[in-house]
Amino acid sequence: MKTLLLILLVVAVPLIGNAQGMSIGEKPAVQLASGYAPGDRAESFSLKNVDGAQVSLDNFSDAKGFIVVFTCNHCPFSVAYEDRIIQLDKTYKSLGYPVIALNPNDPQIQPEDSYDNMKKRAKQKKFSFPYLLDEGGVYAHKYGATKTPHVYLLQKKADGLSVAYIGAIDNNSKSGAEADQKYLENALKELIAGKEVSVKTTKAIGCSIKYSKS
Amino acid sequence: MKIKKVIIACGIIVLSLLKLSGQTQAIKFVDAEKYWKTPKDTVLVINFWATWCKPCIEELPCFEKINSRFPNKKIKVILVSQDYASDMDTRVNPFLKKKGIMSEVWLMNEKDPNTWIDRVSPGWSGAIPATLIVLPNGSYEGLYETSFTCEELYLLLEPLVK
Repeated sequence: MKTLLLILLVVAVPLIGNAQGMSIGEKPAVQLASGYAPGDRAESFSLKNVDGAQVSLDNFSDAKGFIVVFTCNHCPFSVAYEDRIIQLDKTYKSLGYPVIALNPNDPQIQPEDSYDNMKKRAKQKKFSFPYLLDEGGVYAHKYGATKTPHVYLLQKKADGLSVAYIGAIDNNSKSGAEADQKYLENALKELIAGKEVSVKTTKAIGCSIKYSKS
Repeated sequence: MKIKKVIIACGIIVLSLLKLSGQTQAIKFVDAEKYWKTPKDTVLVINFWATWCKPCIEELPCFEKINSRFPNKKIKVILVSQDYASDMDTRVNPFLKKKGIMSEVWLMNEKDPNTWIDRVSPGWSGAIPATLIVLPNGSYEGLYETSFTCEELYLLLEPLVK
């Protein structure tokens, strides 16, 4: 069984061929499989917040959409972005786009990312937004999040939540002041102005999501 | 004559100690890419990691052992740190020294990963650890956005280093 698993892993893991796009191998069987692309409809969720209450995206009747951020306690990049995420919530909640943060990491693998530590962190940093436990990384997996922080900007449409932007918050993880490309904010401003988002996906280095080994 | 030999021996020891100390080289993406894509007679195993990345650190020993696992084979490991350039002397180099890392270590001296991640592989989300394997002709064999056990890594490399 172990050998079989190993063979499966080695065969299934190659992501992509080369930069010219000659892809070899198959998509990995685990972790990175599916996920959303811009324009897709995202599944709503109801998850446990740090205050113990369930938070459901369906209960934000005034919201025009959501800034869904997969993040966690331990990842230095997540920590580096905390203040910027708080600021984004402050600015955009009143404009109809509140932040919803989700921690998908398995505390068995990364003990700092336990629910108790989420509560502590949210209190310490006075999070103004829900910080939800995505147990087993179920929604991270559905959305296709691979790392923290990983942002999905959703817009409410008649037929559901439309994915407007996927990726990074800005182009300088170390310092928001030095970031000269505010990818997420640009997308938000375009959405609010009733325009189409011009840059729909960006990439950044991040901590891989610690999915439960089940 | 004897003194000369002693001096040479000391020199060698000092040099090998210098190598042991794990000095990181900051590099721009264009220069890294140019080197990777230049045909050479060697398979390159390029591991993207950072001192703050727990699964990265866990798999580093597997990369360190590649050369002893494939003796007399043309294979080279480059560990490309995603730490900040400002942490190079205070964090990265002390870490390498402490862990006794002997592989070549580069630090990606770029601020916006969005400008270069796709050039490594459009299939890479930017999560680390990730490993790029380059064939001797300079073409990319694949980008693996995953953690490896030593066994998995060596199984993958085995057919490439004939």
